[in-house]
Amino acid sequence: MNSQINVSNWSLALAFILVVISLVISYRQKLKLEKETIISVVRAIVQLIIVGYLLKFIFNVDNWLLTLIMQLFIIYNAARNGKKRSQGIPGAFVISWWGLLLSTTITMSILVLTGVLKFEPYQMIPVTGMVAGNSMTAVGLVYRSLNQQFRDQQGQVFERLALGASPKLAAGEIVREAIRTGMQPTIDSVRTYGLVSLPGMMSGLIMAGVDPIHAIKYQIMVVFMLLSATGISSVFASFMAYRKFFNERWQLQLPKK
Amino acid sequence: MTKLVVDQAGYQVEGRQIWHDISFELHDGDWVTVVGPSGGGKSTLLKAIAGLQDITEGHIFLNDEDVMRLPIGDYRQQVSYATQSAQLFGETVRDNLDLPYLVRQQTPNEQQQIAGLEQMDLPADYLDKAVTELSGGERQRVGVLRNLLFPPKVLLLDEISTGLDAETKQVIWRAIHALHARERLIVLSVTHDEGEIADAQDILTIQNGEGARRHEQSN
Ligand SMILES: Nc1ncnc2c1ncn2[C@@H]1O[C@H](COP(=O)(O)OP(=O)(O)OP(=O)(O)O)[C@@H](O)[C@H]1O
Ligand SMILES: [Mg+2]
Repeated sequence: MNSQINVSNWSLALAFILVVISLVISYRQKLKLEKETIISVVRAIVQLIIVGYLLKFIFNVDNWLLTLIMQLFIIYNAARNGKKRSQGIPGAFVISWWGLLLSTTITMSILVLTGVLKFEPYQMIPVTGMVAGNSMTAVGLVYRSLNQQFRDQQGQVFERLALGASPKLAAGEIVREAIRTGMQPTIDSVRTYGLVSLPGMMSGLIMAGVDPIHAIKYQIMVVFMLLSATGISSVFASFMAYRKFFNERWQLQLPKK
Repeated sequence: MTKLVVDQAGYQVEGRQIWHDISFELHDGDWVTVVGPSGGGKSTLLKAIAGLQDITEGHIFLNDEDVMRLPIGDYRQQVSYATQSAQLFGETVRDNLDLPYLVRQQTPNEQQQIAGLEQMDLPADYLDKAVTELSGGERQRVGVLRNLLFPPKVLLLDEISTGLDAETKQVIWRAIHALHARERLIVLSVTHDEGEIADAQDILTIQNGEGARRHEQSN
């Protein structure tokens, strides 16, 4: 790993020109995105600096408990984000939390138990972030799909209930569609791997000087990992969240936004 | 024997009292025509009786059992609500006619389904027709047939023939009258149809938040 790329502070400052370009575009085109752009750039810089030092600290300490806490913290943040995307589905945080915990735990355990990954902070934490992040996106899509479908198909669900169907039977199709929606982006992006984009992990490894053939192995692992993680979290979130659209008297109750 | 009792029932939604203090008692074979101005609360009353929404005051009893305490799925199989402009679900007519079997944990009986379609003046091969390809009248006939495949104890009809042509109306009513005569179900039928109201012997008027029943003993 001697050909590592190294970004000097000076070249990073110059790269800030890129932000200026987007600010100029926003200003000229009256997009009114200047303020938002500056805030998000500053936020990103601050967050990344903090995380950078935090990671350096955790890697140095190399303590399994600290690693575990950091992993749970990542999942907690992802679950909060999942709740935000739920448009008022009751109990969305709890569902997101357990869904993400389940998908991350299963996926990571398999990777560790099969010896693909080592339980070391420098491996565990980035991969947990990747798994939890993708699961979070999947869960968010599941919520959006459920909200959308229950609103669009209110009449059909009502008719099923009127005929005596349980919520499970009345919402069966909706739940299946929500699961598909949650998993679709992962499947789609995997399909174009190498053709359109070199996925993040692989690019990172190659830029860091790793042999592409070696990097491929990691990327294949990532594919397996993301398919499993989005699958588990989509199934869990769909099955837990659809119930929230009904009360205990089997009546449809759309969440108030 | 079936007995349906509505006892001092009231319904409030979003802080507004839609109707209150409605009481009546029905026995098997009763056919009640429900009338009243638009927005008066006829549909909400029928949905409340079907357990599709809950009354906020009073009680509803089916055979002396409080509806709030009965398993809701079983109850809705007995007290079946059919609405104007029925929405069909799934892909095909079969999906719709299968559901009454599925809720009873039974395998769909294709012969019964076809017999039902024929009673509704629809050909047997409609079973696999896409729901999007049906005309309004055909859709309504399939919709009502879902409620009739397993005769309920109480049939709640919410303007089921509004906006249909005379012939389709006749087909639907013939099927329902036949079932009513054979199974002696209780029927509550909401209508704005002058002719239907003129023929009615037992009328429940929902107006100004109150219910008044007028019963002509003609038998
Ligand atoms: N879920 C609800 N939320 C708010 N208001 C409602 C709800 N359901 C019914 N209402 C109100 O209750 C009133 C009675 O409605 P309902 O549908 O029972 O009238 P209706 O007698 O069936 O009228 P129509 O003859 O036009 O069908 C209406 O004013 C309606 O706006
Ligand atoms: Mg109505």
